[in-house]
Amino acid sequence: MPASPSPEFAMAKMAAPSADRDLKLLRRLLRARDRMDAAPHEEWPVSRLARISGTSEAYFARSFRDAFGIPPHRYLLTRRVERAAALLRDTDLPIIEIALQTGWNSLGTFGRTFRDVTGESPRELRQRMRAMPGDLERVPHCFVRAAQRPDLRMAVSEKRRRGSGDTTGPTETEVP
Amino acid sequence: MTQGVQVAGLYVQDQDEALQFYVERLGFRVHTDARNGEYRWLTVQHPDQPEFQLGLFKPQPPTVDDATAKGLLEAVAKGAMPPLVLVVEDCHATYETMLARGVEFTQEPIARYGSVDASFRDPSGNGWKLVQAR
Repeated sequence: MPASPSPEFAMAKMAAPSADRDLKLLRRLLRARDRMDAAPHEEWPVSRLARISGTSEAYFARSFRDAFGIPPHRYLLTRRVERAAALLRDTDLPIIEIALQTGWNSLGTFGRTFRDVTGESPRELRQRMRAMPGDLERVPHCFVRAAQRPDLRMAVSEKRRRGSGDTTGPTETEVP
Repeated sequence: MTQGVQVAGLYVQDQDEALQFYVERLGFRVHTDARNGEYRWLTVQHPDQPEFQLGLFKPQPPTVDDATAKGLLEAVAKGAMPPLVLVVEDCHATYETMLARGVEFTQEPIARYGSVDASFRDPSGNGWKLVQAR
């Protein structure tokens, strides 16, 4: 993939070719997002994502956020939580197993992040989901899952801070 | 006559590219390819579904203004368009065939919920689910 031109360069060109290039960039950003979707349990440092999109790391991070409204690492987090929630609902796997399968290294981090994002613990969500009637059976499951993906509009650390009334700031930083 | 949906369309960035993709890689047939100046009415058909046409349309003036066209194509390129489902008899076999023809798969076939499904995208970014008939 060729490196992307700087936005300044793109702006200076004629409208049509520049629009074309913007679309091709978006399509390549989507490719990186698709790869995260296919394997959210894997590690997705910006360097890896930028390589897929054929951009520099700094340009990737900015462009991804501009395109999808959310930084790449936070997007990945929503996919991991979504997948974990699906496994909690649809399987009898132990919670530690679900944590490991969806990309977390410890039960503690998983449980804390899961609660911060969804507002309930993995165990609570499992019990609640199972009590719900299965009226979505006729909808293809992938679309159901997408619809139930957490809407994570702020950093988890920020959400945690607001939720607990803590004003000392984040205790850990999000890493991609 | 049969009543029902006859045409439903997708937005594509480049109609030549889309035509090649849907015909050569997916195995659709051209139903109508009519031009009038800059405008091109292009529809394709699944060989097993002669009563339905899939339109491959480019958003452009005068139907929509330039800025709107750009916005629509950006939405397509960001994967934001509505779900599309292609039902096949054998998901694994179709996956192999389409993969060999250069289709960009975003998910390999997975057996679950009593079926098998995979995902792919067209060159513009429209996302398809490939689902094995139950």
